[in-house]
Amino acid sequence: MQYETVIGLEVHVQLSTESKLFSGSATTFGAEPNTQANIFDLALPGTLPVLNEKAVAMAVKFGLAIGAEIGKRSVFDRKNYFYPDLPKGYQVSQLDFPTVGKGSLTISLEDGSEKIIGVTRAHMEEDAGKSLHEDYQGMTGIDLNRAGTPLLEIVSEPDLRSAKEAVAYLKKLHSIIRYLDISDAIMAQGSMRCDANVSIRPVGQKEFGTRTEIKNINSFKFVEKAINYEVQRQKDVLEDGGRIVQETRLYDADKDETRSMRSKEVANDYRYFPEPDLLPIVIDDAYIEAIRATLPELPDRRAARFVSDYGLSEYDAGVLVATREMADYFETTATLSGDAKLAANWVSQDLQALLNKHSWELSDSPIQAERLATLIQRIKDNTISGKIAKTVFEAMLDDSSDVDAIIEAKGLKQVTDSGALESLVDQVIVDNPDQVQQYRDGKVQVIGFLVGQCMQLSKGKANPAQVNEILRSKLS
Amino acid sequence: MALTKTEVEKIAHLARLHVSDVEAEEVAKGVSDILALIDKMQSVDTDNVEPLAHPFDAAQKLRPDVVTEPDRRDELQQLAPQSQDGLFLVPKVIE
Amino acid sequence: MIEKTVAELSAALAAGETTSVALTQAYLDQIAAHNEALNAYITVCAESAIAQARAADEARATGSTAPLLGIPIAHKDLFCTAGVKTTSGSKILHNFISPYDATVVERLQAAGAVMLGKTNMDEFAMGSSNESSYYGVARNPWNLDRVPGGSSGGSAAAVAADLCAMATGTDTGGSIRQPAAFCGITGLKPSYGRVSRWGMIAYASSLDQAGPLCKTAEDAAILLNVMAGVDDKDSTSIALPAEDFTATLNNSLKGLRIGLPKQHFTSGLDPAIESAVRVAVAELEKLGAEVKEIDLPNSDLAISAYYVIAPAEASANLSRFDGVRYGYRCENPVDLEDMYKRSRSEGFGEEVKRRIMIGTYALSAGFYDAYYRKAQKIRRLVKEDYARAFKDVDVIIGPTTPSPAFALNSMKDSVTMYLEDIYTIALNLAGLPGMSVPAGFVDGLPIGMQLVAKDYAEATLLNVAHQFQQVTNWHKKKPVLTASEKTTEA
Repeated sequence: MQYETVIGLEVHVQLSTESKLFSGSATTFGAEPNTQANIFDLALPGTLPVLNEKAVAMAVKFGLAIGAEIGKRSVFDRKNYFYPDLPKGYQVSQLDFPTVGKGSLTISLEDGSEKIIGVTRAHMEEDAGKSLHEDYQGMTGIDLNRAGTPLLEIVSEPDLRSAKEAVAYLKKLHSIIRYLDISDAIMAQGSMRCDANVSIRPVGQKEFGTRTEIKNINSFKFVEKAINYEVQRQKDVLEDGGRIVQETRLYDADKDETRSMRSKEVANDYRYFPEPDLLPIVIDDAYIEAIRATLPELPDRRAARFVSDYGLSEYDAGVLVATREMADYFETTATLSGDAKLAANWVSQDLQALLNKHSWELSDSPIQAERLATLIQRIKDNTISGKIAKTVFEAMLDDSSDVDAIIEAKGLKQVTDSGALESLVDQVIVDNPDQVQQYRDGKVQVIGFLVGQCMQLSKGKANPAQVNEILRSKLS
Repeated sequence: MALTKTEVEKIAHLARLHVSDVEAEEVAKGVSDILALIDKMQSVDTDNVEPLAHPFDAAQKLRPDVVTEPDRRDELQQLAPQSQDGLFLVPKVIE
Repeated sequence: MIEKTVAELSAALAAGETTSVALTQAYLDQIAAHNEALNAYITVCAESAIAQARAADEARATGSTAPLLGIPIAHKDLFCTAGVKTTSGSKILHNFISPYDATVVERLQAAGAVMLGKTNMDEFAMGSSNESSYYGVARNPWNLDRVPGGSSGGSAAAVAADLCAMATGTDTGGSIRQPAAFCGITGLKPSYGRVSRWGMIAYASSLDQAGPLCKTAEDAAILLNVMAGVDDKDSTSIALPAEDFTATLNNSLKGLRIGLPKQHFTSGLDPAIESAVRVAVAELEKLGAEVKEIDLPNSDLAISAYYVIAPAEASANLSRFDGVRYGYRCENPVDLEDMYKRSRSEGFGEEVKRRIMIGTYALSAGFYDAYYRKAQKIRRLVKEDYARAFKDVDVIIGPTTPSPAFALNSMKDSVTMYLEDIYTIALNLAGLPGMSVPAGFVDGLPIGMQLVAKDYAEATLLNVAHQFQQVTNWHKKKPVLTASEKTTEA
């Protein structure tokens, strides 16, 4: 039977505030255990929450970025359950009245088409602490530094139809969040976390199949693998005549499989009720407009502008706007070099390859936009060839002096002096009598070989167009 | 309404309270008596009444995003039943 | 000296008739003589009290004149006090030395008050008799075989027996007013949001409110002046214009409109209390007040709604007592589940567990609408009843309790005990300010008259109560204490 996959994602994003959602403790990643947990975070009796204004502003900012309804009156609730990393015995979250309501974002599919994915809601909540399962006298250690860090939980509609779409959605979400600068959104560090609700149904069936929730997916790659594994598992179950059990499953990246979390409670009963220690968050139009005024140009709009202003292909524009830093880098390079297309090629190919090779962030690159722009200018003014430019680019990695100095010092300047080029060509004609004869016999494509010999002899510095011209005239 | 022993056990588990078989019946009676008192409110029609969560109608105050709390770990962990290397210790949690 | 009011002590200190050290020592002596019988204090801080008194005397010598400077106070043991054991009347906090001060404690300390110690209370403020305290029941100074009321029973007993000059308490469903009535003193529950809840160990967050227990309305006004005020640490505290509650104490009551709710003068009320309250109301009429009967149609339902909302909030508030970061942990837990269940079951008393069960049940899947949501709707109806009534009257008056202080161990079950709060509970649901003032005696036991005003009208309450105390002597009556009297075991 043919099945259709239905996926919805629940994405938790740690908002990059200085202090916690309800207390003045720091949120710095990687601090010594429990050094960022104050009396409120430890849920000492008598302590009370006070809401961080920055977290609210960030949530609203996200809502506006995805065209969502902003809750004019949002309410915090208590979600009750016992766990050692949850100090109060309840998590403060938002159930019926989230700060961000329905919105959507657009993803690009592999065939080049676009698809709108609905976002059901996004609500603020507290993060939990961490349980460390290394052996402490045979016990578990609890670190509450993370407890109370603000989270935005972004819940999608079940609009995604494949693992690839899910990844595209997640990457788009990541991009928007980075543009808004509301989170580091680093999956490996847990500042962005993804749970996937996955079900399958026979093609044509309207009702959704029974879904499972996959947790513990901590990279874009694993999102795809985990979903694909789970889809196949569900198909196998159904084809063996079995039934899908609604449950939470854990993704194990080492084994590349999902498995049932049997130790978790069978039926959780979270007993949500309005958090009496907090009052409703009231948001008025003036506040919303003030936040709207701080919105940066978002990736979709920026890509469109790159196409119209710089004449880039939609594909290139899409690649370049994936992160705000990359798009900024490209624009600086394009503006300073005066050649957007060359800039686009260098940024999306050479620079990207460099970053991939070293696993660098853009900010780690020793080649800043200004230097790359100079390099491109030197190609344009024929100081160097495109090929030599690659050599210069390599040299720029270890040499922070300016581009012209590197070209000069390495003697990489292009040879355009016609006298020098003529003697070069003469030498090649003498060295390759057979090919010269072939050319003269009418096998004109041999010219490519001869130009290549000239370039080799000049160590790449000869201007290839000029060489070509001189060769042709000498052989005619 | 009277609670069954099974319900008592379920509720006690949610609240992480230990109720022995012997106690269950007594607890069920105690809770059921109170529920009878509570159930008097069921006689009133409240269909068009909005629930009231707070005694007064006001909006949440906001706090500036500033770190105000110093590290007091060593002092605060003196309160803990068991700790080591800056961590609170609990019996092994099985994932 | 120890029998004097705060206002009188303040004047005596200012006049140099005594010192804070002398005064503090006198109260410590009184505690030493009578606390064994009364069990009003869980913790007495003799040494630090003397040190604070010395500091107060020094401050006075350099010109400080704050009204509470050097006056000894007792705090209910659910206010967190830095460096001092804070138990909330529970075994689960038997070893909890608070690392911080409640805002109320901080404000009173800044005002120069001297902390004598921490008073006994029903465990987590759940009770009307003080019998649920892990630290033993506090006794009523008027009759040691009677309860002092609850949950602020220790504070009320301490004030009545001059074991302090004044005390703090908290009121979630009557926990200041009812013990004040039982012990023959004056107690004020302010409007919800008037006093910060930071550092006050929560019972039911949307109902809890701290207030003063004192010998007179004037003292309550002086104390409220210090306790009240918005606090950045409590999101539910309200910014209100600064008010001097002593400024209007002497306003005339001419034209004051008093409402007597017919639901508070029904068959459940002890007839002797009814006649005492009616006599008291007549005193107010003599002062120029007008009296009419009013209707609070949903007041009978308040108790039902309360026993959903308060336990529901409490069930979550008490989840933090899990034996992980502080407080009691059971011996040798075999696993996490065992640690949770035994720590909590051994650490909490029966009444607390019962209320956690009720609250958990009311919030559990399938019951939320029928219980919690329904109770919140009733809560609105109750609030609307008062709003309607306050269009026609300025103060609502009735009995604080249906009977005088009952005997220890006389309440046969929880529900019977709950019904003792029938007149006090509705105010907490509505967030209104209320007071209990001594209004007579029944069988040698004091009884209280409850005054209720609209939101934030504490000044009105204090004015009426003060004027009443200018023409009556009930608040001046003192229980007769026998030093180191032994009592029958409860």
